Amino acid sequence: MASEVRQAPVENLGSGGERRRDFLYIATAAFAGAGVVPVAWSLVNQMNPSADVLALASIDLDLTPVQPGQAIKTSWRGKPVFARHLTPEEIASAKKVDVASLRDPQKLEDRTKAGNEQWLITLGVCTHLGCVPLGAAEGEVRGDFGGYFCPCHGSHYDTAARIRKGPAPKNLEVPPYQFKSPTSVTIG
Amino acid sequence: MSFPWAKQFQPTSEVGKWIDQRLPLPRFIFNALGPGYPTPKNLNAFYNFGVLAGVALVIQIITGVVLAMHFAADTRVAFDSVEHIMRDVNGGWMIRYMHAVGASFFFGVVYIHIFRGLYYGSYKPPREVLWMLGLVIFLLMMATAFMGYVLVWGQMSFWGAQVITGLFSAIPLVGPTIQTWLLGGFSPDNATLNRFFSLHYLLPFVTFGVIILHVWALHIPGSNNPTGIEVKTESDTIPFHPYYTAKDFVGLGIYLILFSAFVFFMPNALGEADNYIPANPLSTPAHIVPEWYFWPFYAILRAFTADFLGVPAKLWGVLAMFASILLLFLLPWLDTSPVRSNNYRPLSRILFWVFVAVALALGVCGGAPAEEPYLRASQLLTAYYFAHFLIILPIVSKLEKTKPLPNSISEAVLAKYSKAGSGGSSGGAPLAQPAE
Amino acid sequence: MIRWGALAVGLLFVINALWGAIAPREDVTPDMAKALHKHPKHMEWVHNGPGNLGVLGTFDRAQLQRGFQVYKEVCSACHSINRVAFRDLADLGFTPAQIKTIAGEYEVPAIDSAGEPTTRKATAADKFPLVYANEAAARAAQNGANPPDLSLMTKARPNGTNYVYSLLTGYSDDVPKGWTKPDTLYYNPYFHSINIAMPPPLAADGQVTYADGSPATVDQYAKDVATFLTWTAEPKLENRKETGVAVILFLIVMTGLGYLTYRKVWADVKKA
Repeated sequence: MASEVRQAPVENLGSGGERRRDFLYIATAAFAGAGVVPVAWSLVNQMNPSADVLALASIDLDLTPVQPGQAIKTSWRGKPVFARHLTPEEIASAKKVDVASLRDPQKLEDRTKAGNEQWLITLGVCTHLGCVPLGAAEGEVRGDFGGYFCPCHGSHYDTAARIRKGPAPKNLEVPPYQFKSPTSVTIG
Repeated sequence: MSFPWAKQFQPTSEVGKWIDQRLPLPRFIFNALGPGYPTPKNLNAFYNFGVLAGVALVIQIITGVVLAMHFAADTRVAFDSVEHIMRDVNGGWMIRYMHAVGASFFFGVVYIHIFRGLYYGSYKPPREVLWMLGLVIFLLMMATAFMGYVLVWGQMSFWGAQVITGLFSAIPLVGPTIQTWLLGGFSPDNATLNRFFSLHYLLPFVTFGVIILHVWALHIPGSNNPTGIEVKTESDTIPFHPYYTAKDFVGLGIYLILFSAFVFFMPNALGEADNYIPANPLSTPAHIVPEWYFWPFYAILRAFTADFLGVPAKLWGVLAMFASILLLFLLPWLDTSPVRSNNYRPLSRILFWVFVAVALALGVCGGAPAEEPYLRASQLLTAYYFAHFLIILPIVSKLEKTKPLPNSISEAVLAKYSKAGSGGSSGGAPLAQPAE
Repeated sequence: MIRWGALAVGLLFVINALWGAIAPREDVTPDMAKALHKHPKHMEWVHNGPGNLGVLGTFDRAQLQRGFQVYKEVCSACHSINRVAFRDLADLGFTPAQIKTIAGEYEVPAIDSAGEPTTRKATAADKFPLVYANEAAARAAQNGANPPDLSLMTKARPNGTNYVYSLLTGYSDDVPKGWTKPDTLYYNPYFHSINIAMPPPLAADGQVTYADGSPATVDQYAKDVATFLTWTAEPKLENRKETGVAVILFLIVMTGLGYLTYRKVWADVKKA
């Protein structure tokens, strides 16, 4: 079955010719390969958020109707957001807490904007397994610490939405936001 | 199968050897597409188009899978989802245009590939199954393309679906039942759109499977070539890699340049403006036409306007349209010339080009309104189409005087490159062994 | 056997088709609309680039803004551009603050706290709202006509940009003899059925005042709004052409290298 393997014509060219030919092959392959990169990138990038999704990446929230002691729920990037107008008593009770004893040590000042301490804006997503805690709407249970209470596995959050009791590991997340005016914020 | 002088696969690394012992995939590729596949050395540019068709399919599958990540198959939002892709999805406009233009280019390339097969007699023994698998691929492509076009749910999508599914009602007795079954209703609607989406996603992979059989069927006898005579010795062939990989790369480059010219500068030139109007079941477009690659068959469908021998015109049109493709399955038995390539069949060669002209003219008629002079032209051209395959070719192939064949492929190649000869066969040797 | 069967089938189709071909045709009354119908005027557009070829070319931002102004002041009374989002106007050169102001001029459907349908001011993320809630409402308000959404108009008609321009400037009071034009419709040979329900929207020069001093003529309005509508249909036009130039240049070099490789690889075969 041994057959005459066709000789590759390398010997026909001088050593300079052979090197030239290899360079040409490498150049061609490299150039073509370089072209694959932007194509591959396009195929990957199309899965990134599209322009309409990015447009909703930030929302404006009007805080005018929220009275002290009240909170409103809204939606941002598909997740619930609680915006609470803290009363002076709630602010005081949050400040009284020994921060070092907290599971997730944070001061109220770290979770609110300077000069707007009465506004507590957090995600309404329990940091345990993601349920929406109660306490934002009128009449809902607020848990043992007067903040929010998650009915799924019994996490209690205080007036600064910090975890005090229950399985949640972290305080309710504070999203990035800016005050556009004393009564309006842009979240995200 | 291979020729005895085919290069043998030698794993170059320990890892390669380890894999090869457990799953001989590298060996398989080596023998199918690599240095292990001896190929006639005289293949011309028309032999590039099989690979290009494969590339076109891969482009369609990749862009299609990406589009399916963003498309919504519900009549209320389908059109909007396509616009969402065009406007908001990152690079979505490019992927959508590549898919739409890609479908046209896929057909263009496949038509040239088919006509190459017709000219060089690639359908003749022992390649009959190869030819028929190719026709199966063509039918799958047509079904896939038709359903894909419907997904956009524009005016032409809806009304094209209406017309084509309506054809089935022409079948006696069971026609209307079949039509309702296909539609999932009484008119193209959500049920139709959803099943078309499912099948449009499925069929390309079925096509891919048939292509594997197609290439396998090719590799049993090996490739045909422009002389139409079989490979006899090693000097007739060269290894597929690097010779034809290099040649196909150039062909690919030219294909991509033309493809990009359309995608980036004339993306809607091959389409219908009406499909940018959302589907309206209460308003029929002035001219319902399918995409250009269906035009010859559309012309045949519309050519039959009168009842004949008790069969309604509509049914004649449907039968003729399907027959025009199905008769190609019989081609190996209709064309019985022992000579394969039209290079050596002067009369068939003329008839081939006449057929090409007829096919193009049928295409023009199919894209035109169903009025005179296109209607009469369609009728005459349709008559010729059927006469060509079913009457003329069987007679000519039996009676034609063919030119003497070269003794071998390498002889033909030498003659082409020799200083004395100017191409064609050399010497007056008697007819070389024709294909069995 | 196959060949005899094929011959029989072939004869059937051939005779049938030839029979149809030689059959006498009924007289067809020539369609006057077809005779009167005019193809769009061939205009030069900035976005078609050098030589009006369509290969290169970018939009003139000032023209797009003027076109948008014409749309807002004239067309938006009846026609929506529902596929365009306010945030897309950044392409025209508007700042986020300007976009917010523009959006704020529009009302979009919303639901109040009691669940009842109401409206709210649009934001940048919203699309331009529909003019009429649905087709029936549109027809009721427009004497049976349904003003189409214009977002895709220049792609939904062959030679769309030229078509829009020609249509807007193509109204004529000279109705040819023999052509019937109902009183409720208007004569416009660039429209496919000649009689169009839309009254000439660009009726007089000076209808729209341009801040940038461009000529306040019907012709200019038509050019500007046709360009604007080309943008609404193809906001990615410039990006598409830029990418195209880069891709094709790359491919030409790649194919050139490929060709040289091919010649080198085949040198021995071609010589032999």
